[in-house]
Amino acid sequence: MAEIAEGGGGGGHKGGKKRAKKQSTRIDMTPMVDLAFLLLTFFVLTSTFSKPKSMELTFPVDDKDPNVKNEVKNGITFLLTKDDRIFYYEKEFKAKEDPEATKLQELTFDQSSLHKYLADKNKWATDQIKTLDDQFKAKQLADTTYKKKVRDIKADPQAPTILIKTDDKATYKNVIDLIDELNINLIGKYVVVDMMKSELDLINEKTGGTP
Amino acid sequence: MSKKPSKGGAPSLDMTPMVDLAFLLVTFFMLTASFRMAEPVTVDPPSSIGEITLPDNHIMVTIDNTGRAFFGISNAEAKVNALAKMSEKYGVKFTDQQIKKFSGLPSFGVDIKDLPRYIDASENDRMKFQPQKGVPLDSVNNQLKDWISNAGVEAVRIYERAKDQAKASNQEFKAEKPRYAIKCDSKTKYIFVKDVVKTFTDLKIFQFNLITGLEAKPTE
Repeated sequence: MAEIAEGGGGGGHKGGKKRAKKQSTRIDMTPMVDLAFLLLTFFVLTSTFSKPKSMELTFPVDDKDPNVKNEVKNGITFLLTKDDRIFYYEKEFKAKEDPEATKLQELTFDQSSLHKYLADKNKWATDQIKTLDDQFKAKQLADTTYKKKVRDIKADPQAPTILIKTDDKATYKNVIDLIDELNINLIGKYVVVDMMKSELDLINEKTGGTP
Repeated sequence: MSKKPSKGGAPSLDMTPMVDLAFLLVTFFMLTASFRMAEPVTVDPPSSIGEITLPDNHIMVTIDNTGRAFFGISNAEAKVNALAKMSEKYGVKFTDQQIKKFSGLPSFGVDIKDLPRYIDASENDRMKFQPQKGVPLDSVNNQLKDWISNAGVEAVRIYERAKDQAKASNQEFKAEKPRYAIKCDSKTKYIFVKDVVKTFTDLKIFQFNLITGLEAKPTE
């Protein structure tokens, strides 16, 4: 392997072999290359480029003022529980007055279930935003106007308002998945709140858990 | 057919371009790599389509799947100042050396009474440190709340100071405001997250960055 140029400088003997002068002066770089690639591999494998990504979430102000009554229009309440199960009911909670309306429906985190349900619910907004998208891409809209319009559509009373409630057994992943799905479907109004006792009872009835 | 290039001897290949390239890459990776100390817990966050990059200036609470909370501050100065305030409040003394070492540590999950011992431990021992029950956050002993409030005040103060300095010298100011981040394992029960969020909302902090892995946006 090693092919180190020897001689070359040979001024020792007068009339030495002339061939020595013709020998190349290159040195074997294999070990150096080995080392270089070793280091390269090490740095490639250990370095992490991406900074962590995140989603922003705002929690509701914890006001204890009983006079403020939050009226939710077009509300959908999602209840998350163990085994990645997800239930929902629409409008207000009226289990006593109208059990049929507040009957829990079950969904799964599949594309065909939760995604489809939300897409149907928010079709109105998604269609409008899509039109805006097209206009924006065709440069008919300014950046700020586009953003403002999207924000207005998301905040429109027609758009659904989502309440996310979890019981003690739901996992963080479920919550993130649900919020993510809302973001994908361009739903802007959602909030994570505490679950009511009566809702927990309904879930336990469904899942057969102990209250 | 081409001529044979050389007669006899080992066939040699000119590796110079390859070596050039290899060293270029090595240099690049060496300069871009930043070494971090290992976090006391590894958490595997769920993925989402969120594309907001976590600002460099942040205060982060990590929650592992058993519900332990770990606290970390990105800004070393804010970290040291918060430690000083905590030390005063809880009557735990730290030596200068410990304070210096603390500023380089990543997040930690120990009671403040165990913190001096935790700082003195070697990196390997720190992994196995007992008791590492997370920063206490129950209503009787909510150290996490004090950490967050002290660190938050300090981080904002440092940010404002840098802003004023930039203004005074007419320089462009680019630093970001400190943000609060929550990093949590997929399998963590949401109830643990709720406790941490409660601690934040008690301090009138309502906006968070939830750290998630990146996921491609589904296309229609």
